[in-house]
Amino acid sequence: MTTQTVTTRTPPPRRLPSMSVLGPILALVILVIVGALMNSSFLSAGNINNVLSRSAFIGIIAVGMTFVITAGGLDLSVGSMAAFIAGLMILVMNAALPSLGVGVPIILLGMAVALVAGILAGLLNGFFITTLGIEAFIVTLGSMGIYRSLVTWLADGGTLSLDFDLRTFYRPVYFDGILGIAWPIIVFAAVVIVGEILMSRTRFGRHCAATGSNAHVAHYSAVNVDRTRLATYAMLGLLVGVATIMYVPRLGSASASTGVLWELEAIAAVIIGGTVLKGGFGRVWGTVIGVLILGLIDNILNLTDLVSPYLNGAIQGVIIVLAVILQREAKAKG
Amino acid sequence: MMTIPGPVLSLRGVSKSFGPVQVLHGIDIDLHAGQVLALIGENGAGKSTTMKILAGYQPPTGGTILLDGQPATLSGLRAFEDAGIVLIHQEFNLAEQLTVEQNVFLGRELRRGLLLDKTRMRQLTRDYLDRLDCAVDPDTPVSKLSNSDKQMVEIAKALGRRARILIMDEPTAVLTGSEVDTLFAQIRVLRDAGTAVLFTSHKLGEVAAIADRVTVMRDGHVVRTDAARAMTEDDMATAMVGRDVSDLYPAKPGVAADAPMALRVAGLDVPGWASDIAFDLRAGEIVGIAGLIGSGRTEAMEGLCGLRPATTTRLEIAGNPVHVRSTQDALAHGLCYMTEDRKLRGLLLTKGMRDNLTLQALHRFGRVVIDRGAEDRALTQAIADFDIRAGNRDVAVGNLSGGNQQKLLLAKIMQSQPRVLIVDEPTRGIDIGTKQQIYAFLRRLAAEGRAIIVVSSELQEVIGLSDRVLVMRQGRIAATLADDDINEATILRHAIGVAAPQTRKAS
Repeated sequence: MTTQTVTTRTPPPRRLPSMSVLGPILALVILVIVGALMNSSFLSAGNINNVLSRSAFIGIIAVGMTFVITAGGLDLSVGSMAAFIAGLMILVMNAALPSLGVGVPIILLGMAVALVAGILAGLLNGFFITTLGIEAFIVTLGSMGIYRSLVTWLADGGTLSLDFDLRTFYRPVYFDGILGIAWPIIVFAAVVIVGEILMSRTRFGRHCAATGSNAHVAHYSAVNVDRTRLATYAMLGLLVGVATIMYVPRLGSASASTGVLWELEAIAAVIIGGTVLKGGFGRVWGTVIGVLILGLIDNILNLTDLVSPYLNGAIQGVIIVLAVILQREAKAKG
Repeated sequence: MMTIPGPVLSLRGVSKSFGPVQVLHGIDIDLHAGQVLALIGENGAGKSTTMKILAGYQPPTGGTILLDGQPATLSGLRAFEDAGIVLIHQEFNLAEQLTVEQNVFLGRELRRGLLLDKTRMRQLTRDYLDRLDCAVDPDTPVSKLSNSDKQMVEIAKALGRRARILIMDEPTAVLTGSEVDTLFAQIRVLRDAGTAVLFTSHKLGEVAAIADRVTVMRDGHVVRTDAARAMTEDDMATAMVGRDVSDLYPAKPGVAADAPMALRVAGLDVPGWASDIAFDLRAGEIVGIAGLIGSGRTEAMEGLCGLRPATTTRLEIAGNPVHVRSTQDALAHGLCYMTEDRKLRGLLLTKGMRDNLTLQALHRFGRVVIDRGAEDRALTQAIADFDIRAGNRDVAVGNLSGGNQQKLLLAKIMQSQPRVLIVDEPTRGIDIGTKQQIYAFLRRLAAEGRAIIVVSSELQEVIGLSDRVLVMRQGRIAATLADDDINEATILRHAIGVAAPQTRKAS
């Protein structure tokens, strides 16, 4: 035993090997450099705003997904849930138009519908998973099909469109902002800050990690495992609602193809960011980097003509697998 | 043994280093056919590394391995297995979802043409199990077996590999008393058939019961090798620790008659496990709960602490009637349970010490945002208070030795400042030096005015620690013993339900 005295200065947190921390950041930096070299307008304020706004929907959902995965769960239903909530929101707002008229109240009503529907949908997933003890994969695979089918049915196979006047009134929620920063970016940033604090600095975050790491240990440590899990699903549902609120004014419509594959993009962002898919460890800031990496690849492919944008999915796939391999190698070394 | 043939497997001057750290210093070990060798030593003495070298999991950095007296040129696990050397791990190496037969032949399936020869595999598995006197059906999934049957499957698997040298890492750690007897009977069968057996155990009584010879290791050296009957358990312990351990248990200061009542339980029912449990506990008192495995000891205590469904007719903590329906309730009333299973229920093995230490008591470290500085100070304090030895504060808890994990677990429970502390198997699988420390901690906590319940399968531990002993049998309290009644024979009689003293003593 070395008789090293414990210094009062807290040692730097070196729990994780540096590669798993540096990897995603490095990849992001490389992408930015590549993008800047390939197209001069890449670093323009307009393009950055555009990339971030588009990434915000997935990003807001991915923050919630980080908690679900950290607590040992999974949610495949978020894309369908977003489409369903968008459809519901549009239907309710259109229906309330004659009585409320175009104005702030009807927008608030739509937002409230989205948030409540999101929380309820999340609680429902969580209820089946925690109280009834059914695999998260099965439950959310089921609800994914249900929501997708419901929105198709509500739209009668076509598109649900927000009333034209309403759409014009609601548009600024996506396209305007403060000091040139679009609203979705601001909301995304707020969600990230709250999420990061929640994950790394509060009891809830620790309880999520403990639950995902070993639910038995968490139970024996007086952690309410079921309630923690339920809360992660409800929180994810709420954030899907928030993302939908930001998404609906962009197109003003919802259809069967709204939010397709969002769940996979969100899960991919979480994993690229270094959260462990089996649960037990998650970091919100990593998820943000994951979202940005996915968004930038899309943007770079669109701005340059070296590689067809149709190969976007293939490149994302390679990156996801690479990210996991890198994490594993780092773990083996550490 | 009348004749002692030459050793079948030997280590001669074997050393092993991991980087700059030398863990084995020129050790000599001999395994003889038809003999059981016990390898004993404290945690960290080098037993595991020695076993891994013997079984080919790791090559030595110096010295030679002799197989049948010849320097062995084996390399790789497979070569050792082909030479008939099989290591059975402490944590079973079985595929839980596969059947017994599938496990026995895993990786060496017999085929006829392209298809599996199921008939032959079934019949061979049956043969192996018969040789072990084991009645398990080869078609049973391993997940449905008890620990002792899993042990038998491991041995059957070794037979299937034609093992003539069987190395067992703490085979009894997860077994109950009667299961140990079965295992030992079967080890004797194998021994008499000419197999060389090496095993490790922390229970010196078992070593005395089964071993023909004993090799004691300390700090990477072999300090003594002798015939088992030439050594008393005290000799073994002294050789392991390198000092006298007769003062293993702290002195019992006795409980003042007017000490305040800390816990009063009446009519505790845990459906399926325990019924009508009633007892009192005074501040400063240590009460032991003894009983055979399956007597409902653990389940009753888990029920009391809200870890499983249970009811009580009356529950008082420090004189106040309380209701405990969840672990959160129990915690709020200062009632804490320390699990017997530190690896699966006690600690998050992939997390660091700090996260583990404060998990159960996070509410004490900040109302909304966790105060990490306070957590670090708590860890510094816990490391000092409980003598936790880890090279580095941020090491994953799974990399700590069993003894240090146990100390950390105790420190973790103490973070929630329990008034009533229930510890279940507080020293399972840890070395004797650390045991001594944990006993001292428990006595110190009692002296601070806490009430402590010790649940243990080790009678010596219950006897050595407790001011009073509750004996449980079939879900009920069979007896409450104090003073001179706290002895092995009396406890055992009540535990197995024979009141008259003339019955044979179960060993």
